[in-house]
Amino acid sequence: MTTNLGLPTMGGLAEVPTTDEEYSAKDFTSDQEVRWCPGCGDYAVLAAVRGFLPELGIKRENTVFVSGIGCSARFPYYMNTYGMHSIHGRAPTIATGLATTRPDLSVWVVTGDGDGLSIGGNHLIHALRRNVNITVLLFNNRIYGLTKGQYSPTSDQGTVTKSTPVGSVDTPFNPVSLALGAEAGFVARTLDSDRAHLTETLRAAAAHRGSSLVEIYQNCPIFNDGAFDVLKDSDEKQRRLIQLRHGEPVTFGPEDERFGVVRDERGELRVAKLDEIDERDLVIHDAHREDTGHAFALSRLGGQDLDPTVTGVFRAVDRPTYDDQARQQLDDAARQRPADLQQLLTGRDTWTI
Amino acid sequence: MVATNGQQPAERAGAGADEQQPDTQRKVNRVVIRFAGDSGDGMQLTGDRFTSEAAAFGNDLATLPNYPAEIRAPAGTLPGVSSFQLHFADYDILTPGDRPDVLVAMNPAALKANLGDLPHGATVVVNTDEFTKRNLKKVGYEQSPLESGELDRFTLHRVAMSELTKGAVAETGLTRKEAERCKNMFALGLLSWMYHRPTENTERFLREKFSGKPQVAEANLLAFRAGWNYGETTESFAVTYEVEPASLPEGTYRQVTGNLALSYGLVAAGQRSELPVFLGSYPITPASDVLHEMAKHKNFGVTTFQAEDEIAGVGAALGAAFGGSLGVTTTSGPGLALKSETIGLAVALELPMLICDIQRGGPSTGLPTKTEQADLLQALYGRNGESPVPVLAPRSPADCFDIAVDAVRIALTYRTPVLLLSDGATANGSEPWMIPDVANLPDLRVDFATEANATDGSEEFWPYLRDPRTLARQWAIPGTAGLEHRVGGLEKLDGKGSISYDPDNHDAMVRLRQRRIDGIEVDDVEVDDPGGDARVLVLGWGSSYGPIGAACRRLRARGMSIAQTHLRHLNPMPGNLGEVLRRYERVVVPEMNMGQLAMLLRSRYLVDAQSYTKVAGLPFQAEELENVLSDVVQGVEL
Repeated sequence: MTTNLGLPTMGGLAEVPTTDEEYSAKDFTSDQEVRWCPGCGDYAVLAAVRGFLPELGIKRENTVFVSGIGCSARFPYYMNTYGMHSIHGRAPTIATGLATTRPDLSVWVVTGDGDGLSIGGNHLIHALRRNVNITVLLFNNRIYGLTKGQYSPTSDQGTVTKSTPVGSVDTPFNPVSLALGAEAGFVARTLDSDRAHLTETLRAAAAHRGSSLVEIYQNCPIFNDGAFDVLKDSDEKQRRLIQLRHGEPVTFGPEDERFGVVRDERGELRVAKLDEIDERDLVIHDAHREDTGHAFALSRLGGQDLDPTVTGVFRAVDRPTYDDQARQQLDDAARQRPADLQQLLTGRDTWTI
Repeated sequence: MVATNGQQPAERAGAGADEQQPDTQRKVNRVVIRFAGDSGDGMQLTGDRFTSEAAAFGNDLATLPNYPAEIRAPAGTLPGVSSFQLHFADYDILTPGDRPDVLVAMNPAALKANLGDLPHGATVVVNTDEFTKRNLKKVGYEQSPLESGELDRFTLHRVAMSELTKGAVAETGLTRKEAERCKNMFALGLLSWMYHRPTENTERFLREKFSGKPQVAEANLLAFRAGWNYGETTESFAVTYEVEPASLPEGTYRQVTGNLALSYGLVAAGQRSELPVFLGSYPITPASDVLHEMAKHKNFGVTTFQAEDEIAGVGAALGAAFGGSLGVTTTSGPGLALKSETIGLAVALELPMLICDIQRGGPSTGLPTKTEQADLLQALYGRNGESPVPVLAPRSPADCFDIAVDAVRIALTYRTPVLLLSDGATANGSEPWMIPDVANLPDLRVDFATEANATDGSEEFWPYLRDPRTLARQWAIPGTAGLEHRVGGLEKLDGKGSISYDPDNHDAMVRLRQRRIDGIEVDDVEVDDPGGDARVLVLGWGSSYGPIGAACRRLRARGMSIAQTHLRHLNPMPGNLGEVLRRYERVVVPEMNMGQLAMLLRSRYLVDAQSYTKVAGLPFQAEELENVLSDVVQGVEL
């Protein structure tokens, strides 16, 4: 049974106090020296987040970053907001408690492919399923950085590391597919190197009310350097990169060799050359579809080989959030029954001596 | 059981009928009744109703539910036996009783499983309808014990409860199977008659419980009255017993279980601190009832979060605490193991949080429905690094309320996670509780940080600056302008709170965290030594308070001197404890573990504490402690 709470569709920041103060990226920069390795993709994400937060117009003190363990988990220390660097994999749980009790906060979780998909996989899927109003940034570099180079749950099969000297044998996760399977209302993918697309994606995620997951392909220059280089090479990028746009046909490719995504006779999506198909057969992206099937099918186009690579917002569907509903239950109860502690303690069956 | 140390009659081992009267009505001081049947027979409900009747009559009482971990073990088998023991008296009692004066056995398995606990002369009421060849065979009876003579030393009442019940409820039109399900109410009616219990509350209860099913409500009422009338009209029950109301301290009382009192303590602490309560929990026996209870009190600003696992339960509680809520998590032993890393984080963050461990038998899954107090060292030391946390333990069901409030006081005052160690016996056991006046509960309000505090003249907020008295750091919650700061599990520089790998700072922080916990103000222990000349001290913690106290009364009734004290604060321990321990020639420490507290006392106070241990999943019996303690007392006096 579901209860229709009749909640108006609200943005992710609807209850967060706003400010007229003109912030700049500097206002979101803490006094801590940033200590990621030179060339780390995390720098680009940090710069993008610091740069885009001022445009949200919310009070800085109502912004909280929560992280677990890993290279990405140092993120909160570098932000001049409230923050918690917690323990491995558990950031979604802490963010859940915080967001449920404090609707006036903009709560961000910063995690990685190890923290979020390995040790904390259970919490991530349940936070997404529950639809707590938090935004999860999943830095995916397909390797363990902080523990010095072991393979991760998103590493290619056969990855040779110190813990897998003759190659890893397990099948990697596709984080977008995983999030969609976990009923996430907002799922997107972007790249550390594309500041404009990264910012645009973060903006959409922040505006979404409920759990948002943004997978960010991020380069680890030490243990997995160049993992996403094909998406940075201008020729390869054009040939491989699909940027989803809601309401538009899914097409990509250089001027002289355009591709499009079509549904084949078996109902599956495939990439085809534009000049070999009827344009009316092109798949039109609809991020607002209730059914996750469409977004899931797009997430299965290409995979570890990045050929093609689908980015952008796969799914943005409003549904009641856990925290809004939990607070509503409290409000309803308070309206119906006054909180009389003496009456509660006394109960109904008493005797006096 | 009511917490008083006054002189009371000793809790004797045998049946309580001490005033021989020729008529058919005898006065007794106390009675222990055990209802036993299949786990589907409704024995817990039957016991609970009888308890309410006794409470409404003004008796003091204590209860011990005992049920299998399986929801429905195969019917009629020994593993499927569920029982509920109730001790009620006309004076303040301390335990649910060692041995039942009356056993109600709904089938052969219930008889066989409980027979060994009965003293000579006990009363046994059996449902003869269940003593079929097939049922007898299931539990290995070759011959019916009702015929073999093995029950000769008891007063046996054979009652065809199933058939009588079916006959009584026939008019309701229920199926035979449904009708038979009412037989527990027949048993309740019969016992209510035997002990002159008021019945109005039970009748009202049945009407309310089955308000949606009038046919079932009617059938249960008919069965209940049929049981009462059966006692009144048949001649097989020659005697009824009367237990007068107890003379407890003046006040208004109600009956509470430990888990209910704990829940109320949490709600009260939320109200008195004016903080929203956030309970993050994952269902686990025997802690789940706290989650269930708290979920009812949303109107008090209580949020309950059923998490995906134990770790998420405590993580969410800590997240809520960071945001300025009273964060609480509830669990039992295996769950505490899973939460330990997050508790360590809370130690590093220096944020208030309450962790309630309702202990059960271990290790591993152990005995989910049985009691034990073997998580003490886990609570104190079960985390990586030097990670001190305060630990408190209630000594009885009603004490859970006060302990919860005190645990929250410590958490909020000293900005620390606090561990509360209840156990299965305390959680499910019940007793009368003198309802407190809310106005007399402590004021638990806190001051959140509102402005910069740097001591170097800068306009900064330093999260790890401390109150000089409590050593607590300031609680600056998100949403407070100018106090933006980052906390985390990495070691922090004292004061400023930035990440610090400095060796001297780490050493100082480890010692500071320890000093903060060591400096927590807790009440001194009080010693109960009525004669003032005892040479032996018995010291316990947690739910063993009742049986230890009852054993002491027995010794004193026999003319021996013994002093008793009980720890409610396990960390830090009361300031006068060392002096108290050194006052006595011998110190005996009974525990339902392998001697965990005794080890601590020996190492901390260099006293030759003598450990007495039992880890059987059941509370101590007064009789066994009486024997242990009298040996020690006599040894000293030789």
